[in-house]
Amino acid sequence: MSEALKNFGVVKAEEMVLNMGPQHPSTHGVLRLRIRTDGEIVSHIEPHIGYLHRCFEKHCENVTYPQVIPYTDRCDYLASMNNNHVYAMAVEKLMDIELPERVEYIRVIVAELQRIASHLMALGAMGLDLGGVTPITWTFRDRERILDLFEYTCGARLLYNYIWIGGLSHDLPPKFVQYANEFLDYFEKQIVEYDRILTYNKIFVERTADVGVLPVDVAISYGCSGPVLRGSGVNWDLRKNEPYSIYDRFEWEAAVGKGEVGTLGDCWDRYWVRVEEMRQSVRIVRQALAQLPKEGDVHAAIPKKIRPPKGEIYFRAENPKGDLGFYIISDGSPVPYRLKMRSSTFCNLSVLNEIARGWMISDVVAILGSLDIVLGEIDR
Amino acid sequence: MTSFTDSLIKGLLDLGLVPGGSAALALVGAVIFLGVAVFLLIALNALIAVYFERKVSAFMQDRLGPMEAGFFGFAGGKRFWGGIAQTVADALKLLGKEDIIPTDTDRKLFIIAPFIIFGAAFCAIIGIPVGYGLVISDFNIGIFYVVAISSVGVIGIILSGWASNNKWSLYGAMRAAAQIISYELPIGMSLLLVVMVVGSLQFHDIVAWQETNRWFIIHSPFTVIAFLIFFLSGVAEVNRTPFDLPESESELVAGFMTEYSGFRWAIFFLSEYANVAVVSLMTAIVFLGGWLSPVGGLLRTFSVADGWYYLEGPWWGAFWISVKAIFLIFVMMWFRWTWPRMRVDQLMYTAWKVFIPFALVNIFLVGVWELLFA
Repeated sequence: MSEALKNFGVVKAEEMVLNMGPQHPSTHGVLRLRIRTDGEIVSHIEPHIGYLHRCFEKHCENVTYPQVIPYTDRCDYLASMNNNHVYAMAVEKLMDIELPERVEYIRVIVAELQRIASHLMALGAMGLDLGGVTPITWTFRDRERILDLFEYTCGARLLYNYIWIGGLSHDLPPKFVQYANEFLDYFEKQIVEYDRILTYNKIFVERTADVGVLPVDVAISYGCSGPVLRGSGVNWDLRKNEPYSIYDRFEWEAAVGKGEVGTLGDCWDRYWVRVEEMRQSVRIVRQALAQLPKEGDVHAAIPKKIRPPKGEIYFRAENPKGDLGFYIISDGSPVPYRLKMRSSTFCNLSVLNEIARGWMISDVVAILGSLDIVLGEIDR
Repeated sequence: MTSFTDSLIKGLLDLGLVPGGSAALALVGAVIFLGVAVFLLIALNALIAVYFERKVSAFMQDRLGPMEAGFFGFAGGKRFWGGIAQTVADALKLLGKEDIIPTDTDRKLFIIAPFIIFGAAFCAIIGIPVGYGLVISDFNIGIFYVVAISSVGVIGIILSGWASNNKWSLYGAMRAAAQIISYELPIGMSLLLVVMVVGSLQFHDIVAWQETNRWFIIHSPFTVIAFLIFFLSGVAEVNRTPFDLPESESELVAGFMTEYSGFRWAIFFLSEYANVAVVSLMTAIVFLGGWLSPVGGLLRTFSVADGWYYLEGPWWGAFWISVKAIFLIFVMMWFRWTWPRMRVDQLMYTAWKVFIPFALVNIFLVGVWELLFA
């Protein structure tokens, strides 16, 4: 049979290269995706990053240890408290600083509230990516109340610089416990509302269930962490597995995907893990507010000039988006010799091509939304 | 029954306003007058619908919506009518914007595309009555005409997507073509059973049938399904959520309108809202009794004596059809602000594997029903 006859009737479309971003409504910032498509079907995705690179690590080599904290704020700007917390803990571990009880409790409270705020953003943005405009206004309405609490606490709404090495910048304001409890009472009812409009919405489930399944082995080999890893059914939460701060004092469960409406590890599972984590965070904050010591200093006794001893440390903790690690080399001077940040969303994004191949362009948007990336942390 | 055009021509001739009393000149005059009137109607419809949509979406999203721009004594502020002039201001802004035509576009097609879409919406409105006798031209094939002419719009969408020379636009255009052609079928089939029962394609005959019998939505259990299929397919025809794939702002930036700006974009906007009105009016006429008064219908079934409280008559008719259509428009907005968007394959699945088989079986079942009970 001749070549022409063999191919008779076989229609094959040419592949098209599509440039998605850096100015695109649903690339969550300035991510650029180079997508090879066959019609609507995606055959290859290449993320191009670096549009938000601000030389975070190089900057850190030129400022003193406390001055690094505002820079960590600006990495994952949706979870600044958690970034502050991890960095402060890393330096404290390097210097062997003992913290007052009250400081630990306040840190956990603000970190968990920040986790809720970050997940609210992820939820709303994912709804928006799938074409539902209302959820994001509702999640922003509730996130606003958390930001109000933070503003009341430390004066800032986005970039706090609140958790300092060896303590906090301020103590909690007078009625904080009451306000926080009011917020939690209000917020628990709101989660049910999100479930109604988004989580168990038929169209939302159709769009996310079985889409972009991330198998466990792929997740682990790409270094995924946080809700992305737990969505694949791995029970790995650093707050449980390597307890830091005072997380071992509270009663809560790590949210792990169960494949409730589709395959384990699909977009819906990653999304659901975030919803469940908000419930668990509410539990943690409630307990922490109840156990919060009434009195106490919020500054540990540390030298005025922070000079960690010569040495190095790698410290990691559970951020809303995954494991955030700081690798610090100290040469005994007040300035870090080298500071490396291990970003969770960078690893989570790298898995995109693996799980989005073979799906449609609309699904790429859904998968990207379920990975919950923040370009500030990817580019640093 | 006379249509607007007929009465207008007659009026012009009777009053001696046409030089020489030529019927042809009177027709030209009537057509120009009514054309301008329809254009103004479409613009007014868009102005009000956009404001309505913004307020509805705002209240659903726990916001206030536009609340600064006021006029004619309606000051802005945190009131229901707070931003009543917002859409007027937006329209003026759009008209004053720079008209951008990107360099590598197919210029002629790029310019002509929005007007094809608009023309389709414009022509569809001509055939739709908004009350007894309140119609520009009462075709004896009214339903067929409206369905046929409104699908011409897809040519404009394809042209705009192709001429834009933009990959996102092309995706949007291709999606729109597939979607609109697929959803024509369930729409046609749902209308077919109505036509079968009534025996006429004329809108006035359909409403007259509903007056002597009952509204089509309660004709039989199957017509309820037909109503749902028709309305949902109608939503898909006008590209609104959850079927707004041709635009899908989170995936395709703005779909086929990505490269358009200023006045040309406004034309897209006008035709979108005109189409929304067409679909709602058609659903109201065909399934919800058009300009029939629900109050009157209900009282008549209980054999109450005739009276003013029947709320019937030409002006009440216009009122009732508007109420029904506005309710349907509200339902469309309700969809849009609560549901996410479907995916292309799911959209096709819904059309070909759900709506069309059900609509086909429906025709048969309604036929059986008519044989048994009529």
